[in-house]
Amino acid sequence: MTLLLTRRPPLRPRIRTGAGVQRVMLLTGLVLTGLFLLTALLGPLLAPHGYAQLTDSQGLFGTQQHPSGGHPLGTTIAGYDVLSRTIWGARTALLIIVAALLLSVVPGTVLGLVSGYLGGRPDRLLVGLADALYAFPPLLLAIVMSIVISGGRSSLTGGLGAAACSVAVSFVPQYFRVVRAEVIRVKAEPFVDAARVIGTGPWRIMTRHVLRNSVRTLPLIFTINASESILTLAGLGFLGFGIEPNSAAEWGYDLNRAVADVTAGIWWTAVPPGLGIVLTVLGTTLLSESLTDLADPRLRKRGTTPLLPADGGADDE
Amino acid sequence: MSTPTQETTGAVGTPADGAAGHGFARYLVVRFLLIFPTVLILVSLVFFLMRLTGDPISAAFGDRLTPDQLHAKLHQAGYDRPLLSQYLDYLRSLATGDFGRTVTDNQPVTHVLTTYGSATVELAFYALLVALAVGVPLGMVAASHRDRAPDAALRLFAILTYATPVFFVGLLLKLVFAIWLGWLPSSGRAGTAVQLFLQNQTSTTGVYLIDALRSGDATAVADVVRHAVLPGLALGLLVAGVLLRLVRTNLIGTLSADYVDAARSRGVAPLRLLTHHATRPALIPVVTVLGLQVAGLLGGAVLTETTFEWKGLGYELAHYLTTRDFPAVQGIVALFAVVVAVTNFLVDVVAALIDPRVRY
Repeated sequence: MTLLLTRRPPLRPRIRTGAGVQRVMLLTGLVLTGLFLLTALLGPLLAPHGYAQLTDSQGLFGTQQHPSGGHPLGTTIAGYDVLSRTIWGARTALLIIVAALLLSVVPGTVLGLVSGYLGGRPDRLLVGLADALYAFPPLLLAIVMSIVISGGRSSLTGGLGAAACSVAVSFVPQYFRVVRAEVIRVKAEPFVDAARVIGTGPWRIMTRHVLRNSVRTLPLIFTINASESILTLAGLGFLGFGIEPNSAAEWGYDLNRAVADVTAGIWWTAVPPGLGIVLTVLGTTLLSESLTDLADPRLRKRGTTPLLPADGGADDE
Repeated sequence: MSTPTQETTGAVGTPADGAAGHGFARYLVVRFLLIFPTVLILVSLVFFLMRLTGDPISAAFGDRLTPDQLHAKLHQAGYDRPLLSQYLDYLRSLATGDFGRTVTDNQPVTHVLTTYGSATVELAFYALLVALAVGVPLGMVAASHRDRAPDAALRLFAILTYATPVFFVGLLLKLVFAIWLGWLPSSGRAGTAVQLFLQNQTSTTGVYLIDALRSGDATAVADVVRHAVLPGLALGLLVAGVLLRLVRTNLIGTLSADYVDAARSRGVAPLRLLTHHATRPALIPVVTVLGLQVAGLLGGAVLTETTFEWKGLGYELAHYLTTRDFPAVQGIVALFAVVVAVTNFLVDVVAALIDPRVRY
């Protein structure tokens, strides 16, 4: 990152002020996420072959072929084209993000809203339940879910469903907590009382007055949720409970097949799908990091808070 | 939210330690009792989810037995009874520490847990060691060079440790250090000879490092350590990133605190300011965050153990999952639930000891 910066002098002074680092993070995050979305949407045009394709006009691809002109990243032990499967994998990753977000945001927000607004015993029960689920490793839930949904050997929908459900199980509590806390704060505001005084019904207060003022911080969780869903699906695939190779290309599954290759010194089956995961998660994480910085004034910019020394106290350069 | 304030004002109002101590004892008991519903919820969730797919015997042998044999086996194991009574029986036996028997190789699940648990504990220990050794110093460097090149680079490093799945880190480490450079072994907990030697010791703990140290055999110790480096590094880096960021954020907070300003104005050297004044209070939350990382560590252990064929609970979990041995899976998952719930309890207690405001 720094190397890239030094080549462009105008940005250099800004990296020292802190706002520069943030901007670079935000830009890198946007670029990576944009590239990921493009790859996912244009996958069929970009990929030289299909994700489950084993042959072309010249016959079989052959297994574990070195990278070459025909197969820029070689072929896997099963004879698939690595580059094509890596590109197609973006599509699966995008699907899991969308599925996991939908399954987590909607129930989490609704529960948080109702529970926080109404309070009482059901609220306390839900908080306890949320705490219990929150503490549990999502990957373990994902494994259990994948067995329930598809018996562990998965089609595209089965594998996606398992990963999405398990990510949802650990993220519904997070949305729940955040929304509930905000709702409790907002419902004490005068405008809510005012609405109640003029006879507005509880549903209308909840949706129009409270909800709209309680969802400010959610985009932050979206991005973490997205990263977590990709990592969970990949973990599931790596353990052998993901999506079968002829249903879709999935990076975690490809890495699972690459374990033996690595021991034999074959790098090209492991590195591309792994990089696919890393770059995608890196993109969404950089986005969430810069969002956090923007949301937290203490971390935003040095010099705006008079308490902080202008040149960063303990600097011993 | 109102209760903690009442508690603090109460503690401030009564100078005697007795009142505060009583509040703490009550908090301790309430928080301890909360472990049980947490574990119960998770264990029940796993039990019913697993049973949605069918009974363990059909899952494991369904395609290999005739319907009559299957039925006899089902009846013998009690899987043809109503689900609710099976569930109550399961809870009753769990309460007495009986996790049932595995279906595929018919051994007590508790035996599996005790045999392989030590390996996972050992791996988690190495990982925590790596996380502390990497995360804390780098966090200090990042905070003291805030917003300049080292900080930006370390921040990127922390994000990368999160973005890279632990098994991909493992595969890369294996590729570079075990295959290309050939410096370290690529898998397992010890070489075959050393493993046999360790298992034949008179009293073993199952933790190879301790067993090797007790045997006093230098080659055994070296072999065990060499095998531990890559898995420990892969899992440890996962947590190191979290620690780095935490230490950085906390240090930035304490570095701008009034008492640090006061020390700086007295002429305390910048480095001493960092190490002696700002760091210690910044490290307090590390204790609690480390505890909260246990859940992540267990999930990561499953993947790390599979990558490195480290025969611990995670490796066995993956194995029993492929053979569809539900009682074994349930047992391991239940143990993980207990471990997570108990560490969260300990974390809360430590947090309450440090900061009286969290008690309620």
